[in-house]
Amino acid sequence: MARNLSMKDAINEALDLEMRRDPTVIVMGEDIAGGAGGQGEEDAWGGVLGVTKGLIGKYGAKRVMDTPLSESAYIGAAIGAAACGLRPVAELMFLDFMGVCFDQIFNQAAKFKYMFGGKAETPVVIRGMVGGGFRAAAQHSQMLTPIFTHIPGLKVVCPSNAYDAKGLLIQSIRDNDPVIFCEHKNLYASMADVPAEAYTIPFGEAAIPREGKSATIVAYGMMVHRALEAAETLAKEKIDVEVIDLRTLSPIDIDTVVESVEKTGRLVAVDEANPRCSIASDVIASVTEHAFKAMKAAPKAITAPHTPVPFTPALEDLYIPSASQIAEAVRKQMK
Amino acid sequence: MSNNPFPLPKEKLLEAYTKMKTIREFEERLHIEFAKGDIPGFVHLYAGEEASGTGIMMHLEDKDRIASTHRGHGHCIAKGVEVEGMMAEIYGKVTGSCRGKGGSMHIADLSKGMMGANGILGAGAPLICGAALASKYRGDGGVGITFFGDGASNQGTVLESMNLAAIWNLPVIFVVENNGYAESTSIDYALAVDSYIDRAAGFGIPGVTVDGTDFFAVYEAAGEIIKRAREGGGPAFLECKMVRFFGHFEGDAQTYRAKGENEENRANKDCLKIFRSKVTKAGVISDAELNKIDDQVLARIEASVQKAKKDPLPTAKDLLTDVYVSY
Ligand SMILES: Cc1ncc(C[n+]2csc(CCOP(=O)(O)OP(=O)(O)O)c2C)c(N)n1
Ligand SMILES: [Mg+2]
Repeated sequence: MARNLSMKDAINEALDLEMRRDPTVIVMGEDIAGGAGGQGEEDAWGGVLGVTKGLIGKYGAKRVMDTPLSESAYIGAAIGAAACGLRPVAELMFLDFMGVCFDQIFNQAAKFKYMFGGKAETPVVIRGMVGGGFRAAAQHSQMLTPIFTHIPGLKVVCPSNAYDAKGLLIQSIRDNDPVIFCEHKNLYASMADVPAEAYTIPFGEAAIPREGKSATIVAYGMMVHRALEAAETLAKEKIDVEVIDLRTLSPIDIDTVVESVEKTGRLVAVDEANPRCSIASDVIASVTEHAFKAMKAAPKAITAPHTPVPFTPALEDLYIPSASQIAEAVRKQMK
Repeated sequence: MSNNPFPLPKEKLLEAYTKMKTIREFEERLHIEFAKGDIPGFVHLYAGEEASGTGIMMHLEDKDRIASTHRGHGHCIAKGVEVEGMMAEIYGKVTGSCRGKGGSMHIADLSKGMMGANGILGAGAPLICGAALASKYRGDGGVGITFFGDGASNQGTVLESMNLAAIWNLPVIFVVENNGYAESTSIDYALAVDSYIDRAAGFGIPGVTVDGTDFFAVYEAAGEIIKRAREGGGPAFLECKMVRFFGHFEGDAQTYRAKGENEENRANKDCLKIFRSKVTKAGVISDAELNKIDDQVLARIEASVQKAKKDPLPTAKDLLTDVYVSY
């Protein structure tokens, strides 16, 4: 039975169901229970934004582990435990913190299988917050998806809604490769109908939340909502836009985008990441290679600028790609 | 021979000697082969350090895991990885332990509890905390050993992992293989404290320093702390003081060393000579028995080199495989 759930609760439910199903699933992270060693409640925080709230009560401190502030050590430990048969889900509060433990992720987890000639599996999930709009400034707001996507051996997921978040997280936990699971902090409160039971959404299958004939807008995460907003506006102007939600960035479902562009002839790729070597530029390059002949206008990337994320709302609102920028890009292509 | 004063029965002593000798000959031979130009990449040799890896590994089973370093051949052999596959790997052949995709710095065999040599200094410490966590979680009694050099001992990953292992009471042994140098830089320059024991104490971890050229000193010290970790007593720190016979990597002119240092090491700090002299003097093993092992080891290394040279290289299709379990 489907209930209206927030993305935060959907993620919590995915963790809960998988922990119930599979005793090798453990979760760890800073303050994910939040009461370790104190005199107060064991589940004082349940994660900085409460995403893991309630899990320690059901599964105990053996499976829900508060960690010290040592990202290299505990992310590395999650990876090592994964290589030894557990399925750890490690929370890296803000994925911006990847800088201090990146070696464990891109030189260790991502490469074990290849370096060891195929004889290693590392079923770890590293999940955490991404994205702007929280006024959290330059070190707590980034969309680093292109950096993760660049690394062979990692899978990269970034859901745009509660339904996808649950299905994709369950898939991530059951998946046998290392997965970076990117949770947009501004989507935690977004609501969707979510079935109560466990279900998976396969990687590398984009969704088409809106069908259309005149132009294709590709997005992921928060930008899917901006793209849909732009599509609404354009519909009033009789411009019929298709919106594609990539859902996973590695693997990426380029086929669906190519098919769409072969139909519409126009492509706008939207990305909350910075412009250089972004998901948007990657999509445009691939689609241009495969569907050049079908293109009726030059493809266009709408991304954040090549700057750090600013703090002040006055600037952050300019930094994050807007529905009006997206709509304007499509209008130009229609001319 | 009834009067065996050693903590291991004779067949175990022979096994330990065979491991150490295999490592030595593996490395001596690589030194020669590398100079011929047939071996691609970086090769860091463990010759001179054999007693450390072997003394520790004699206590371990397959369920126990180790995380090794860039100088990993000795750890691999001591943990039971097949030398034939290792040799082929170092030659970059498809028959290698990692199908030619890892090379000297990434030899691994998870089925033997060998979680990989590592090209990143200090990277094994967090990983072994995870391995130990998995063992503790399952209650299988397994322990994790992370090796790192004196240079790598200053990596934040190692220090973070010492704290993590201590607060989670993980069965982890932190082993610093102190050969006095990090590449060319002396430990006297790079380590602020006088002793690793002091540093370990700062993390609430008991530490012990041993003469890493003496197999028996390593074996006994390691035995105690491994037993303690297995029984739930938590992490420990072991410093093995040792010497490396060759340069940092093959091709190193070693101008940072004192005059005569290498000769002095070979003459007086050779762990194989020290082992031989102890067991023969005690009358437990004869020179003839050890010489016989030497011949067998030499023949095995020779065969592994010949085989590695003849074995096929990976082909273009191998480039794209083994990246993901599914994609
Ligand atoms: C993170 C990192 N920094 C630097 C290097 C380059 N490097 C490889 S080995 C080495 C020296 C290591 O010395 P030590 O830890 O004492 O080990 P040893 O070579 O003596 O066995 C250096 C600097 C590296 N591989 N990884
Ligand atoms: Mg050293």
